[in-house]
Amino acid sequence: MIKETLNARRLLCPLPVIRTQDKVKQLNVGDQLEVICTDPGVMQDIPAWCRINGHTVLETKSGNYEYIVTLEVGA
Amino acid sequence: MKKQRKAVALISGGLDSMLAAKTIMEQGIHVEGINFFTGFCVEGHTHAIREKDKARPNRNNALWVAEQLGIKLHIVDVIEEYKKVLINPKHGYGAHMNPCLDCKIFMVNKAKQWIVENDFDFIITGEVIGQRPMSQTKSKMPIVAKQSGADDLLLRPMCAKNLPATLPEIEGWVDREKLHDITGRSRKPQFEMAKRMGIDDYSQPAGGCCFLTDKYYSAKLVDLWQSQGSKEYELDDIMLLKVGRHIRPKANFKLIIAREEGEGRFLQGYKKDFISMHCSSHTGPLALIDGTISAEDLYFAASIVARYGQGRNAEQVDINVIDKDGSERTIQVKPLKEEEIHKEWHV
Repeated sequence: MIKETLNARRLLCPLPVIRTQDKVKQLNVGDQLEVICTDPGVMQDIPAWCRINGHTVLETKSGNYEYIVTLEVGA
Repeated sequence: MKKQRKAVALISGGLDSMLAAKTIMEQGIHVEGINFFTGFCVEGHTHAIREKDKARPNRNNALWVAEQLGIKLHIVDVIEEYKKVLINPKHGYGAHMNPCLDCKIFMVNKAKQWIVENDFDFIITGEVIGQRPMSQTKSKMPIVAKQSGADDLLLRPMCAKNLPATLPEIEGWVDREKLHDITGRSRKPQFEMAKRMGIDDYSQPAGGCCFLTDKYYSAKLVDLWQSQGSKEYELDDIMLLKVGRHIRPKANFKLIIAREEGEGRFLQGYKKDFISMHCSSHTGPLALIDGTISAEDLYFAASIVARYGQGRNAEQVDINVIDKDGSERTIQVKPLKEEEIHKEWHV
């Protein structure tokens, strides 16, 4: 299992979702991805994208105008 | 054993594409959604930036629709490819800078490429004859099918009975009798269909889903192209057109002035790309200067920016000017009076 970080700061939705989607394609089942964003919309959009595509959100957190979603790649 | 047929549905996030996808799913077809991000999509952006839009549901409606339908959604970044559609639309623009027919042809063509690459059988859209004057008319629908290359692999379930049969109907993959015959701009048939299908929550964007159909946004885009002397743009250019008050007092520069805290925070992210300024002696908005500016222009710009802060009636205010390299200086200016801000400066 590897854990990677994706910098999606300054991007507005749906671009953070698109970048997440593209990054996840390069990862394997069980790998983790931490996505760091500045658009608060990701707190809804990335979990929604994960739910419909079979990935698991491990954690969401925010502070100092940054929004971080950590997910685990599903099958 | 009968082959499981697969369709990709163009999902905008609105009701029609949702109903079209649901109609086909009810016939046992495996449906996945596709959504194209051109850079001009209304989805998400302004409410992510502006405080006043925070009351709206902070969701991407295409994702939300896919989740309600229980289907996968593939969001595709077409920002670069879309430039040629917008800059030189073969079928021209609509009421504003919206190249709706070319846009639809482009998106269906992309969907056609996608089904070939992903071994899907056909494409569905939520188009309704007569719903949109530029792209959804009976005469334009064959143009979309032909020029996109999708031909008879493009099925419009909402109005299929009013159109020639497509391959999925001819081959019996879907039952034409269970498709619909909606025409016109009335939304009543869709609302009734949604009720029958148990769908009671859906997005109804009043101004459509594309900034290019917006009069004010289109005017800013035209101004951008005129000031550059060419019809070109980068993603940041078109994002900034969605934010702030745009004032062009002279041909060589434009001010982008935040209207509220959320916009100010967004514009902060561009301080390395533009000279920026804000009032330091009074509360006031952040402004970016887009263009080449002389020392004299800088004072002129500062006097305009001062007009939009709490010091607007002061004899003199301090304006902090920050260069792209981060170096700062403070200049003193007298704020312009309200009547000195010419109406025609507002883009």
